[in-house]
Amino acid sequence: MIKFLTKIDGINNVLENNNLLEIEFEKNNIIKIFNELRDNTELNFNQLLDITAVDYPSREFRFDLIYILQSLTKNKKIILKTFIKENENIESITNIHKSADWYERECYDLFGIEFINHPDLRRIMTDYNFDGYPLRKDFPLTGHTEVRYDDLEKKVIYEPVKLTQEFRNFDSESPWEGMENKLFGDDKSTGEN
Amino acid sequence: MKEVELNTTTINFGPQHPAAHGVLRLVVELEGEVVQRTEPHIGLLHRGTEKLIEYKTYLQAVPYFDRLDYVSPMCQEHAFALATENLLGINVPERAKYIRVIFAEITRILNHLLNIPAYAADIGAVTPFLWCFEEREKLLEFHEAVSGARFHAAYFRPGGVHQDMPEGMEEKLFEHFKTLPKFIDDLESLLTNNRILRQRSVDIGIISKSEAIEWGCSGPVLRSAGVAWDLRRSQPYDAYDQVDFEVPVGKKGDCFDRYLVRIEEMRQSISIINQCLNKIKPGPISIEDNKITPPKRNQMKKSMEALIHHFKLFTEGYRVPAGQVYSAVEAPKGEFGVYLVSDGSSKPYRCKIRAPGFAHLQTLDHLSKGHLMADIAAILGSLDIVFGEIDR
Repeated sequence: MIKFLTKIDGINNVLENNNLLEIEFEKNNIIKIFNELRDNTELNFNQLLDITAVDYPSREFRFDLIYILQSLTKNKKIILKTFIKENENIESITNIHKSADWYERECYDLFGIEFINHPDLRRIMTDYNFDGYPLRKDFPLTGHTEVRYDDLEKKVIYEPVKLTQEFRNFDSESPWEGMENKLFGDDKSTGEN
Repeated sequence: MKEVELNTTTINFGPQHPAAHGVLRLVVELEGEVVQRTEPHIGLLHRGTEKLIEYKTYLQAVPYFDRLDYVSPMCQEHAFALATENLLGINVPERAKYIRVIFAEITRILNHLLNIPAYAADIGAVTPFLWCFEEREKLLEFHEAVSGARFHAAYFRPGGVHQDMPEGMEEKLFEHFKTLPKFIDDLESLLTNNRILRQRSVDIGIISKSEAIEWGCSGPVLRSAGVAWDLRRSQPYDAYDQVDFEVPVGKKGDCFDRYLVRIEEMRQSISIINQCLNKIKPGPISIEDNKITPPKRNQMKKSMEALIHHFKLFTEGYRVPAGQVYSAVEAPKGEFGVYLVSDGSSKPYRCKIRAPGFAHLQTLDHLSKGHLMADIAAILGSLDIVFGEIDR
């Protein structure tokens, strides 16, 4: 199977990791690759399980876009990965896998990645008129607004989040393990002397 | 140019509707009583589980999985436990594997014992609901006996299970599952040949083999379309390769087939549990590495090292080697997967939850086209929708 995968244009890196194939591909070839993966009888990845992203704010190519495919005939799962920049968009694969519709909407909603030629790219998880992309690392865990029912106005109103206690994110990582900078006078730690 | 008059009515179904199985808002376009288009609006129960998990250690993330699909909690913990174990590169002891399989199957029965009568209630039968809830209560007692909680168990943890089954539990389970097949027969006698149930579900919401695959369906929905696909069989995890069971498939892929598949799955689950009870042997229930699983309470009273381990595990947690993994289990509703990315710290960098219901609800527009408004309730019920997992 790996032999067939490496033949496809635009696929860079094929890794086999306990019964799971991991692949990196170029985003410009996405349509061709997904068609090939589905239609090639040796591969036959006919079911799209999920689309998701991982945010790395410090990188130039900020998002890892992940596609998880499954072949019911070959009994194999595959993770496809591509890298995209913050304001870049990518071709939608709704024409190849119908289930991509909601998966891409979710990815757009939570990460702000736009899919070109998607039939109906709207927010799906978040509230109507929601602002921001919650699963990006720079979006605060508590969010920006909160809602409550106002008894005087007789309607639900939006207000900036007010916490009685600030959200506390403890750093409990042990400073003793994996310490990188050498202490002054601690030349025994390298074991050379 | 000819003018075409559109004679459609748009109505709002939900977000509070007993047949919506939670907070689903459906915008339905009707022509007369015939459904032209349905558009689900989801996310009303969105709690940001995936974001929350990024701020919690691996152990603290476990309870969130109980709260996704709150009808089948343990199966979801299972997927997370497998994903974490996969990244850690550890293998749980034999006894833990059997306990997990037993409780995953109890959870499956619990789930189907809720879905089947809820579905029947949607299309007019009330009695099964009352019957099944009594049976569910008995099974939930087993949940409570091992974990202390009826629903939010947090029992399957990375490295094994939290604690061993109490003494005499095996016999109790064995005795209980002697009586359950009789109950399923009784339930079937109420439903399977019932004229109303058949009229309301045969040939309603048909999904073909190829469509089911294309739409990403899994579990009973995929099997009812005639695809013999079960992750327990095709990609066995834990002790599923040690047990023998059959995978029921439907022929037509309509609501009635989905109902029949679930009934048969309960019977197979009972058989799996019985096989496990015969094969299970005493032994450790979690890996004995105190870097990952906490030491026993009585050890902590005597050993300084055990105390330090315990403290470190419940403050910092354990670090998981960097990498990515996708682990899936056959949850009662279908393929429940966890895509986990670790950056080497003690908190997941990203945890994506693949909920089967999300893919199933997406097919609703396709399934309900051309049916009557009242059939939407039947289709929704047969898809086994739970909003905890769809909205996450």
